[in-house]
Amino acid sequence: MTVLDRPSGTGTDAAAPPRRRRSTTGLLTAGLALALLALIPVAASLGAYPVPVGDVLASAQHRIGLGGTGLDRVAESVLWNVRFPRIVLALLVGASLGCAGALMQGVFGNPLAEPGVIGVSSGAAVGAVGAIAFDLTFLGTWTVTLFAFGSGLATSLLVYTMSRSGGRTEVVTLILTGIAVNAFGGALIGLFLFFADTAAVNQITFWQLGSLSAATWPKVLAVLPCAVLGLAVAPLYARRLDLLALGERPARHLGVDVERLRLVLVLVIALLTAAAVSVSGIIGFVGLVVPHLLRMLAGPGHRFLVPASALLGALVLLAADLTARTVAAPAELPLGVLTALLGSPFFFWLLRRTRRRQGGWA
Amino acid sequence: MRFPRTRPAPPAPVAPGGTVAEAASVRVALGGRPVLDGVSVTVRAGEVLALVGPNGAGKSTLLGVLAADLPVSAGEVRMHGRPVTGFSAPELALRRAVLPQSAVLSFPFTVEDVVRMGRAPHASSPAEDDRAVADAMAATEVTAFAARPFSALSGGERARVALARVLAQRAPLLLLDEPTAALDLRHQELVLRLCRERAGAGDAVVVVLHDLGLAAAYAHRVAVLAAGRVAADGPPAEVFAETLLSRVYDQPVEVFPHPRTDALLITPQRNL
Repeated sequence: MTVLDRPSGTGTDAAAPPRRRRSTTGLLTAGLALALLALIPVAASLGAYPVPVGDVLASAQHRIGLGGTGLDRVAESVLWNVRFPRIVLALLVGASLGCAGALMQGVFGNPLAEPGVIGVSSGAAVGAVGAIAFDLTFLGTWTVTLFAFGSGLATSLLVYTMSRSGGRTEVVTLILTGIAVNAFGGALIGLFLFFADTAAVNQITFWQLGSLSAATWPKVLAVLPCAVLGLAVAPLYARRLDLLALGERPARHLGVDVERLRLVLVLVIALLTAAAVSVSGIIGFVGLVVPHLLRMLAGPGHRFLVPASALLGALVLLAADLTARTVAAPAELPLGVLTALLGSPFFFWLLRRTRRRQGGWA
Repeated sequence: MRFPRTRPAPPAPVAPGGTVAEAASVRVALGGRPVLDGVSVTVRAGEVLALVGPNGAGKSTLLGVLAADLPVSAGEVRMHGRPVTGFSAPELALRRAVLPQSAVLSFPFTVEDVVRMGRAPHASSPAEDDRAVADAMAATEVTAFAARPFSALSGGERARVALARVLAQRAPLLLLDEPTAALDLRHQELVLRLCRERAGAGDAVVVVLHDLGLAAAYAHRVAVLAAGRVAADGPPAEVFAETLLSRVYDQPVEVFPHPRTDALLITPQRNL
């Protein structure tokens, strides 16, 4: 049984359970992709100025030069200047939040970690609100994103170092740290509001509730690099996140450079959270609910979980935004309010379940 | 899919009796208090080395030092003749496998997933991985619950799954911290038989044990630690003397041969 006299690989038949799981993950991925493809034209069609789904598809075909026909000026403008930027933004923000949630739970080894719950979202919001309140525009449309990233990163590192001891993160410490950070972030935002002028105050208040209604193509461009970079890098670390579930030391024994892994992933989490927060405000619970549903359906392996959380996050946020802008038409529900309404009961259930499993918090 | 990166090659095998790892005059202080002081231990291929001693003697710390987990403040730790500080994490993962005292898992991975994690250091084919995983699960008798989540297992079952993961890593140096602590009689014997098998195949095995009878029966060599120093190091028959054990454990101990097999039996003196 030494390293050398290992029998060179002839196939064994011991791989039945993983193969079944692989087909589950394949089906789920295909299902998610199909659902997204089906929901996008529907989301583009519904709203204050309805455009039939057939027209949406025709216009899209026309734009990419595959036949189809252009629509009248108003319909074209509604589709391409209002609906589609909003849809793309919903997809980007949803994918970022879902993926950031999965990564954060993996890094902390804790299923209750989520950017909103532990305060990273409000940390990023402090930077964004500061930039709006003091009317900082020296980097153009990137200013808000960059400030959100800077303060989001600082908050991630702060929460991470504060809530760990002896190589693990206890649920109580993590949640309590989140409460403290959220309180401090709230206070800073309040302070910025106090100093801001009326126009900025309106902008900030609206944005604080979480919304995609101000979506424009330049905004999409402002978050695209952050979101795409984060989403592209995240799956590369999936296998190492699996090993991290064993604990830090065992992961190191299996060849993982744990310090570097943590540093890179905290950066990626800050990047994704900042991308989401800088355009949409604080939209909670997506990063919590999405990875959990997927873990229940297909197991905790991160090689599926991380990319699939991005997919399901995009789907969930697109559906939530569609609901938010149609359910009370012509008024619009703030998106963050809607996700919190649906997400907090889930969080409550999760807390109860985790507590029951552990037999208490101490 | 694996993340493509340059993977280090496994080390060349060490001939039986050759030195796989050694600690030379090692000193470790944790929180200002010296936990190991001037400890020298040699780990040889083809040999089961048992570390025994009272609580707080420094057994786990010595294991951590040999695993390159803990930095030493004096002395040196070498693996395959090179200082361990010169190896990267992936290189170390091909050279030693470590069983921690307690096995935890953050997410409900299945038993088979957990054992498969032991294959992470290797750039081997999936078929080879499958075989190593299946072998390790069969050896530790956990194949029956391969598809169950780790979190649904009992303490003893978890301990065996953790051991299976360590075996699947197929490293030439095994460092096991109290592998028998949570196990029943039968599985204690099974685990130490496995240690002997691995040693017989040319690996080096270091195992922390509290059961001196097990150490006497299965170890080729025993190092007795007391208060951060090596009190004795040698074959069980030489090391396990009543005076030494009584002194080290601060408890009168009797050592006598089994009436039929002559194997060493070690028991505390009791006046009931």
